[in-house]
This record gives sequence, C-alpha cells and structure tokens, in this order.
Amino acid sequence: MEKSIEVHNLTVSYHSKPVLWDVDFELPKGKIIGVVGPNGSGKTTMLKTVMGLMKPDSGYTEIFGQPLDKVRERVSYVPQRESVDWDFPADVMDVVLMGRYRKNNLFKRITKEDRRIATEALEKVNLLEFADRQISQLSGGQQQRVFIARSLAQQADIYLMDEPFVGVDAATEDAILKLLRDMKNEGKTVVIVHHDLQTANEYFDWIVLLNTRLVAAGPKEEVFTKELLQEAYGGRLTVLSKLGDLISDTEFPLREPDFKEDQPKD
Amino acid sequence: MTPTLAIALTAVFTAVSCALLGAFLVLRKMTMVGDAISHAVLPGIAVAYWLSQSRASLWMFIGAAAVGVLATIIIELLRKKLKVQSDASIGMTFTTLFALGVILITFWSDSVDLDQECVLYGEIAYVPFNTWSFSGLNMGPIALWSSGLLLLAVLAYTFIGFKGLKMSSFNEDYAAVLGIGVAAWNLSLMAMVSFATVVSFESVGAILVVALLVVPAATAYLLVEKLHLLLIGAGSIALLAALGGYALSRWMDTSIAGTVATLLGVQFLIVLLYHQLIQKRNQHAVA
Repeated sequence: MEKSIEVHNLTVSYHSKPVLWDVDFELPKGKIIGVVGPNGSGKTTMLKTVMGLMKPDSGYTEIFGQPLDKVRERVSYVPQRESVDWDFPADVMDVVLMGRYRKNNLFKRITKEDRRIATEALEKVNLLEFADRQISQLSGGQQQRVFIARSLAQQADIYLMDEPFVGVDAATEDAILKLLRDMKNEGKTVVIVHHDLQTANEYFDWIVLLNTRLVAAGPKEEVFTKELLQEAYGGRLTVLSKLGDLISDTEFPLREPDFKEDQPKD
Repeated sequence: MTPTLAIALTAVFTAVSCALLGAFLVLRKMTMVGDAISHAVLPGIAVAYWLSQSRASLWMFIGAAAVGVLATIIIELLRKKLKVQSDASIGMTFTTLFALGVILITFWSDSVDLDQECVLYGEIAYVPFNTWSFSGLNMGPIALWSSGLLLLAVLAYTFIGFKGLKMSSFNEDYAAVLGIGVAAWNLSLMAMVSFATVVSFESVGAILVVALLVVPAATAYLLVEKLHLLLIGAGSIALLAALGGYALSRWMDTSIAGTVATLLGVQFLIVLLYHQLIQKRNQHAVA
C-alpha cells in the first residue's frame, strides 16, 4: 500500500484534556477517506494536527512519508466554513486566488496563469458565474464550494477537508461528491472529517473511526460493522443499537441534528 | 510654510496612516488591541524621552514601538498559554503598562518636559513651533516630517504586504498551512500600529488616536465590498475628517484633535443611516 498520511502514536490535548490518545494509523493514496466519530472524538483535532495547526503532546504525523514542511506544496486544506468571517470585503475570485498564494510569491503580483487556474477551479465547482459576487451574498453551499475551489486552485495531491457537507444544499452535496470522484480518478487523495454516519458508508472508500482513541481504520467494509460502530459510539446513541440491522439492509435513515461538529473552537 | 498648512498636513498624514492600519485591525476584529497599544506605548515613550531628552528622537520611536510589540506579545501569551479571557488579557496588559507610564512621567516630572495632558489629548496646534534644523537650515516642524515619513512607511507596508495582510486577516489557519508566517504578519502589523501611535500621540494624544484607527475603517466597511476599496475609503474618510475638523475647530475655536474625532463620529453616523436606508429599500425590493 502506498501511504498518504501516517499518524504515529499521536496524543493531543486541549486545555490539558486529552482529545486524541495514542492514535496510530496509516492511510492509502488515491482514496476518498472519511474520518468518522461521535461529538468530541477528536476528528478536527486530528486534521489540525496533521496540518501543523495544533502541536501534539507526543507522537508525530507524516504526509507522503515526509514531515509537513517538506510537502506543503502538495497538501491542501479546506477549513470549516464557519471558521472565517464571510463579511470580509472580497469577492469569490479574490478568495479562490488565495489558493495561489505561496510563501515565495507573497510579494509578487498575481499572474495570468494564477487567474487561469482559479477560473478553472471555479468552473469545476459550478461557480464561474459568481466570480464577481461579494462572498457575504452567497448561500452556505456556495460558500463551501468557494472554499473547495480555493483548495483546488492549489493543485495539490492530497486534500484535507473539515466537514464540507455541513449545512449545504442537495445540489452542492452532489457537486462535491462528483468532484471527489473526479479527484480520486486523477489519483488525488481526499481526507474528509465527517459526522454523518448515514452518508459515511456511501461517500467513502476508507474509514477512520475515532473516539479519542482509534477504534478502527481500514476499508469501509471492514470498519463499518456493528461491533466497531458500537465501540466508537458506545452508549451515547441508543439508536445505534439498531444500526446493525440497518447495515444489513444497507439503509441508513438516521440523520442526527446533534451530531454537529465536535471541535472546541478558539 | 505657514503654520496653518503645517498643522493641516500633519493632521492629514497621521489620520490617513492610522486609517489604513486601522482597516486591518477592524478586519481582524482587533480594534481593542489597537486601543491597548496606543496606551501601552506610554512607558516606552517616557523612558526613551528621559534617556534622550528630546521628544521626536529616533530612540523614542524605537522604544515605544518595542513596548507596543511587547504589549501584543504579553496579550497573546496571557490568552494562548495561560488561558486568560481575550478581553481580560487586553484590559490588564494595557492598563498596567499605561499606569507604569504615568508613574514614570510623574516621577521624572522635574527633568522631563512631558505632561500627562499632552500625552492624553495631544496638542497639534503647537506643531509649527517645534522645528528642527539641518546644518543651519530650518527644516520646518518635526511633527510634519515624522508624520510624513509615517505615511510613506504605512503606504509601503500596505502595498508590499497587501497579499499577506489580506490572507492572514481573512483566514489565518489556511495561510499557516500554506507556510505563510502568520505570526510575523501579526507582529509586523502591531509594530506599525505602535509606530503610528507614537507619531500621532504628540498631535492627537493616546485617546483620540484610537478614533483615527477605528472609526474611518469602520465607516468605510459599511460602504465597500473589496479590500483595496476599504483602504481607499478609510483613507479618504480620514482625510476629510482631518481637513474638515481642522477648519471647523478654527472657526469654533475648539480643540483640533477633539473636533477631528467628533467629525469622524458624525461621518460614521451619517454613513450608518445611509446604509440602513439602502438595506431597508433592498428588503422592500425583494418583498
């Protein structure tokens, strides 16, 4: 297996309380990978640690077998939509062009090539006609697609997305899914933090099941079992005791509104 | 150069410089940090002034800017490492540093010609009398030179740093992942705010400089949808208030700095009303 992300004995705490405890796994390349777990299970913390935004207490992470600093150019990050102020004075194109900013071109002007790449990225998320739109005037789904377009404009090899399906309309959901499959076909790796169990099975090839500790990581057929899901969610969801039956029916009629994001915001 | 022109130009240079930097403070929701810095630089000013015995020395700028950056670092340390609430850490840091400055000034009151009134309210009307000369040639008011240099520095900083400031103000985490040094951008902005505060404090004082940092940017923010327009708008609003405020203060024989700051507030109110009116009309149009 060619490895994309490696997480080695990772322990991370927030306000001196461990959020991730001795988590250890490896992820393959060229797959759509879901990081799934209940509220407060450390999903976003895991992503932020891999991206170097949080410092681990112990353990380390690598991307493509190298520390993040060596491969930054190949890594792209889609933060949670709510993490920025959408009243910022910028239009859609401004934000997507930020995907072209680099340490070594920060003091240079934006080139024609940058604009071409950004336009292409906007086309992929079906937002080209909104290029001049002020970002505060977009719907939640459109804002999410702007973030994904910005990330595409980076032309990376691995994409880490934090809850891209939260609060988006059906059209955006379909657009994102189609895009993910296209990216996979181009050999890109996509890692997605996701809270919705019902859709997880349908979206991802590979699943990391977290609950502060690692419950399981592997192909979804191996991970999405009644025993492992119960281990991850424990008694927190009585609905889950029924999940075994639901899995056998490959039907997931469960959409929990309070499965909302777990991450302590700062 | 006539005294009137010297005062007007000094007012414009300081007001526009503060407005440009203030735009980024508003976008980062850090206007209170600007407030904090404007007060926290006082001990730096006092020490540097006592050492050099001159008000517009290079040492004073460096000393004050250093304390301004130090204040920023202390605030961040309290907030991030010691988990003190963000507003409490700002409040504690700048009042303590400001109080230290007040003690220093009163302690050295015999040897230092720097009174608290001037520090708090500034006195731009005295600008024309405080001149300097270079090899026997009268170069004109010191404050005019320092504020002119400040404006040049701020213009250069915003032009060169436009992309970095934009990115780190909009989405700090994303910038950090791209390997862009967000801490350096934050500290450089705070250093610029400190410089601006020190240069302005003689003219408008530590309290009213906050008005120059916050109000023009907050006003322009209601009107524009692009970052470069926010900068141009904030600069223009500051320019208008500086000139208008000065003219008004001469006519009414009032404090120049006070009139400028009041005019800024009036401008904001007018724009706010206009903004509300437009929004209401749009809502009606939709409905």
